[in-house]
Amino acid sequence: MQNSFLMRTPSTLIFLALLAVFTIIVTALSEGLGLGLVSTSLVKTLGKTLCLGLVALSMDLVWGYAGILSLGHFAFFGMGGYMIGMWLMYERTRDIVVHSLADAPIPSTAQEISDAIGNQIFGVVGSAEFPLIWAFADSLFLQLLLVVLVPGVLALVFGWLAFRSRVAGVYLSILTQAMTLALSLYLFQNDSGLRGNNGLSGLQNLPGFSDVPQSLVSLWFLWGSALALGLGYLVAAWVVSGKFGSVLRGIRDNEARVRFLGYSVENYKLVLFTGTACMAGIAGALYYPQAGIINPAEIAPIASIYLAVWVAIGGRGRLYGAVIGAAFVSLLSSWFTGGRAPDIVLGSFALKWVDWWLIALGLSFVLVTLYAPKGIGGLFDLISNRTSPNRHGADLGPDAGALREQEANE
Amino acid sequence: MSTLLEVSGVSVSFDGFRAINNLSFQITKTEMRAIIGPNGAGKTTFMDIVTGKTKPDEGYILWGDKNISLLGMSEARIAREGIGRKFQKPTVFEDQTVQENLLMSLKNPRGPFRVLFYKPRPSDLERVEALAVEIGLSGELQRKSGELSHGQKQWLEIGMLLAQEPRLLLVDEPAAGMTPAEREHTTSILVEAAKTRAVVVVEHDMEFVRRLGCKVTVLHEGSVLAEGSLDHVTANQDVIDVYLGR
Repeated sequence: MQNSFLMRTPSTLIFLALLAVFTIIVTALSEGLGLGLVSTSLVKTLGKTLCLGLVALSMDLVWGYAGILSLGHFAFFGMGGYMIGMWLMYERTRDIVVHSLADAPIPSTAQEISDAIGNQIFGVVGSAEFPLIWAFADSLFLQLLLVVLVPGVLALVFGWLAFRSRVAGVYLSILTQAMTLALSLYLFQNDSGLRGNNGLSGLQNLPGFSDVPQSLVSLWFLWGSALALGLGYLVAAWVVSGKFGSVLRGIRDNEARVRFLGYSVENYKLVLFTGTACMAGIAGALYYPQAGIINPAEIAPIASIYLAVWVAIGGRGRLYGAVIGAAFVSLLSSWFTGGRAPDIVLGSFALKWVDWWLIALGLSFVLVTLYAPKGIGGLFDLISNRTSPNRHGADLGPDAGALREQEANE
Repeated sequence: MSTLLEVSGVSVSFDGFRAINNLSFQITKTEMRAIIGPNGAGKTTFMDIVTGKTKPDEGYILWGDKNISLLGMSEARIAREGIGRKFQKPTVFEDQTVQENLLMSLKNPRGPFRVLFYKPRPSDLERVEALAVEIGLSGELQRKSGELSHGQKQWLEIGMLLAQEPRLLLVDEPAAGMTPAEREHTTSILVEAAKTRAVVVVEHDMEFVRRLGCKVTVLHEGSVLAEGSLDHVTANQDVIDVYLGR
């Protein structure tokens, strides 16, 4: 069964093979285990890019396949990052505190250690108490569970409220923006329990592996991210290949028709929205340990809009398109905004990419939407000659009689 | 003959305009019925009410042997109860193949998780094959339905309805924009379907209604004006005044 599914979608096999080759090449060139041609920071950037590919995949499922333009999926990504960040920060601080208290003349009690950790973590927001939401921060297993559960439950509640009232289209997009904005504003507050605008930091240090150099840790995360992306791709490809995918595309193209076929559109949207939120959470949990820091600015409304831009430029409605778009645009973006792109000098005026990149990105988004709605992924159609009927809006209708599209064009 | 659907005293208004006014209507289990009426007579609103898209202000709708009420059910639930609807404009999923369209419509569990793990059984594929023959699309199963001609799309949509195995088929202007040969085929599909279930056809075209050879209900200003054979209603003076006379 698995075989036949892979046979039917050759792009999945190609994608997985390319991902494996990419990971092996980066490993072979890395500082940690290879020739040292690829710096540790670049390995981290590439690992992070794979995580962005995974969250773009979830966005593509929601938007490209089911037509729900969610502009809040980065909130789920951020929640995943916060959940793993809590464990990383707690454990690492505990290591340090225990280490420093070990020299004290009297052995310290568990309460003293806990207070010291609280003081270390929350001193920056003028507190020393552990908020309730840190109750499980000492358990890796529970925090990993929360990586999936927190975004999942948030999406479930939000989706249930929104879809049940049949909020759709641009109204839903606005609502998801409001959700991510509210969440980030809440997290900006110092008493939110997640260190306000300081966020969680020092996440690149793995507790218990303090003697392992970052060059190696970065590779572990690269492998982890590649594995997650590969598995995520496989699951996504399987989901959209069968009847479930058929129903999703049906919802995108004609929601009412799907409803009159007896499918409960709301339930499908809810399942998809929640499932992809969990996927985004996992991506975030792999991303932020590589970034080293997470703060509420990460889940600002603009982040989710970027996500939509990546998927649009990559080509929505095809999984590899989303990954390509996320990788291409985010890498290009960090190159341009990193100040390494050469300025363009036009007489007395110098075009600095750091300032102008956003405008270029916005312009290319508009151009892609208008002139190349299939995005970068559409280029692959030139190879495989995949054609789709283009009769949307231009109904041949009763007047043209029973002519097929080609006949009518002649 | 027992009643399949009973609509009784149903009224609905939009912004003060009474689209359906104290409408009563019954159909038995295996019957073909044509509904005619001038524009704005409430034909489409009637369908919207039966399929759950519009909630009536008053009246009741009873369904099936157990006389359950359809009011308050969602569209999807009503569809699962066995009411299939064909829209006026052909609405098939253009981006998907004929086979995918039909497989999606086959009467199978509709829950998201059941669908996620669904694998077409050989019997499902055979049923799709048989349906494709019935609607004259057996050679087109692997084509994207967007490439089909207007008439073929109409048939595909009727095929999708039949795949649902509904007990009541609501069909809105099935012959619009069809060539004479295509109309003939459409007629035979519908007549065949009406042997095992109830079929309600909304149609403007008198010639097409005549060919269906069934009982006719004339709607006017949201209520039933006349009912009977086509010859009977066309001889009715009220009908001539409001509809045929114009």
